[in-house]
Amino acid sequence: MNKTLKLYRKPIKIAIFLLALLPWVFMWIAAVQESLGPDPAKALSHISGEWALRFLVLTLAITPIRLISQSAEWIHYRRMLGLFAFFYAVNHLIIYCLFLLALQWQELWADIVERPFITVGFLALLILLPLAITSTKNWQRKLGRNWARLHKLIYIAVALVLLHFIWQARSDLTEPLVYTAVVIVLMLFRLSKIKKLLSRRTA
Amino acid sequence: MPLKTTTKSSSKKAVTINTKRFDSDILPSEITSETNYFNRRSFIGTAGTLAMGSMLSSCADADSSANKASAASTADASKQNALEFLPANKSINNGFYTDEVKTPYKDITAYNNFYEFGTDKSDPQRHAHKLVTDPWSITIEGEVEKPGTYTLEDILKPHDLEERIYRLRCVEAWSMVVPWIGFSLADLLNRFGMTSRAKYVAFETLYRPDEMRGQRSRFGTIDWPYVEALRIDEAMNPLTMMAIGLYGKVMPNQNGAPIRLVVPWKYGFKSIKSIVKIRLTDQLPPTSWNKTAPQEYGFYSNVNPAVNHPRWSQASERRLPTSLLKPNRIDTLPFNGYAEQVAHLYKGMDLRRNF
Repeated sequence: MNKTLKLYRKPIKIAIFLLALLPWVFMWIAAVQESLGPDPAKALSHISGEWALRFLVLTLAITPIRLISQSAEWIHYRRMLGLFAFFYAVNHLIIYCLFLLALQWQELWADIVERPFITVGFLALLILLPLAITSTKNWQRKLGRNWARLHKLIYIAVALVLLHFIWQARSDLTEPLVYTAVVIVLMLFRLSKIKKLLSRRTA
Repeated sequence: MPLKTTTKSSSKKAVTINTKRFDSDILPSEITSETNYFNRRSFIGTAGTLAMGSMLSSCADADSSANKASAASTADASKQNALEFLPANKSINNGFYTDEVKTPYKDITAYNNFYEFGTDKSDPQRHAHKLVTDPWSITIEGEVEKPGTYTLEDILKPHDLEERIYRLRCVEAWSMVVPWIGFSLADLLNRFGMTSRAKYVAFETLYRPDEMRGQRSRFGTIDWPYVEALRIDEAMNPLTMMAIGLYGKVMPNQNGAPIRLVVPWKYGFKSIKSIVKIRLTDQLPPTSWNKTAPQEYGFYSNVNPAVNHPRWSQASERRLPTSLLKPNRIDTLPFNGYAEQVAHLYKGMDLRRNF
């Protein structure tokens, strides 16, 4: 099974790439067509923010999927998913600065300093930045063992993103709590006990 | 004007209410009726229309024939939706009119915070059709001489409808300009004979989880039903209005049908929607957002650019509709630009503390 998957790795990667780009394409088409309602900037920021979180979750899902399927193949798709999370997060920030704040930098600074939900969102993006930069094979080689350590920062980033989401909820916590629950389940797979249990199945 | 109580459906007991009007300089010929408002019933079907006709004839002899006649003649849905009202007077500087660009009807009805129907701005338009607004009654209780449960028709009957073009400033730092149709809350409260102990007016929204999906949420932060309140002098200010329509038409469900409060100098959440209870009291009433997050939402919640909300700067606002290239950011004014009409209500108060 692993061999056939390996054979199709390239086309699968292209397919994932195109699929992952679809929300972005639709989002901007809707923006150009002015079909996002009376407050398109807010709509765009919601869409891009939510997709950033979804791709973070997908990135974190690779390890559990690998453990369950007992195939190392999945790891080859992880970098792209992580980069898409970063891509949507950058879109999120640009939309916020450009269209919501109308480039009033003073307001941006005030928001970052005074509003905790924006502070943590901004921090999360700052954490994702070095992860995106060092995602190449070159950097992987250069950093050696430290690469894996560095990339564990994604756990902190995702926690901050969830906080960013929860703190914004006003009347209903259902949606951010669902994402939080999914992330918690994905994190459980990282516990060494559960890892052992899953790898022992065929041994 | 006789009013029917509906506390017991079989009760035929009539309560007499003295109506006091504020101003009498409106010509009788200019006075408009709610005839078309009542015609909303004919949407429901013939049975509804007939019931309506008989109800009207039992409580308003003079008007009944006219009402029945027009109810029978109007078949066109858009016509039935239209209200008759006195247009806003542009020459009097009472705050009832602004020449700012009105937010289009399609935006006012598509972008709502009505958390009973969901958290997304588009949820109310999508889900509010489930709300049954007919029949509708309002309980008036507490420090009043004539408490009781009144049908909406009885509540509205003596009031002349007028258009008021108000700015609406949401605490989330966006704003609209809305042409509401309604009347002053003061005119309504005066009919029920408030006692001297009436210091506050508390309002309550309908609680009906079957029709309001937001009320069914397990992780909601609001303790339903939604409640709001005003100090009595705020409630009696002529700007404070009960609205039953916008853009000349019957209030869409997502905007708080069939009847809602509009307090233009306060953040939007004070303007409670789909009201079923009005209580006069001498105690400061609880208000929903204040209960949910007291450090974020005070009782007064007057629009105040100098006092920031923990989540949003209140110094400026985005006037909707915006476009990506035109964010439409404008400065927020104290009391949402109604300082001339209402600032005196808060004389000597520290509005930073009483936010």
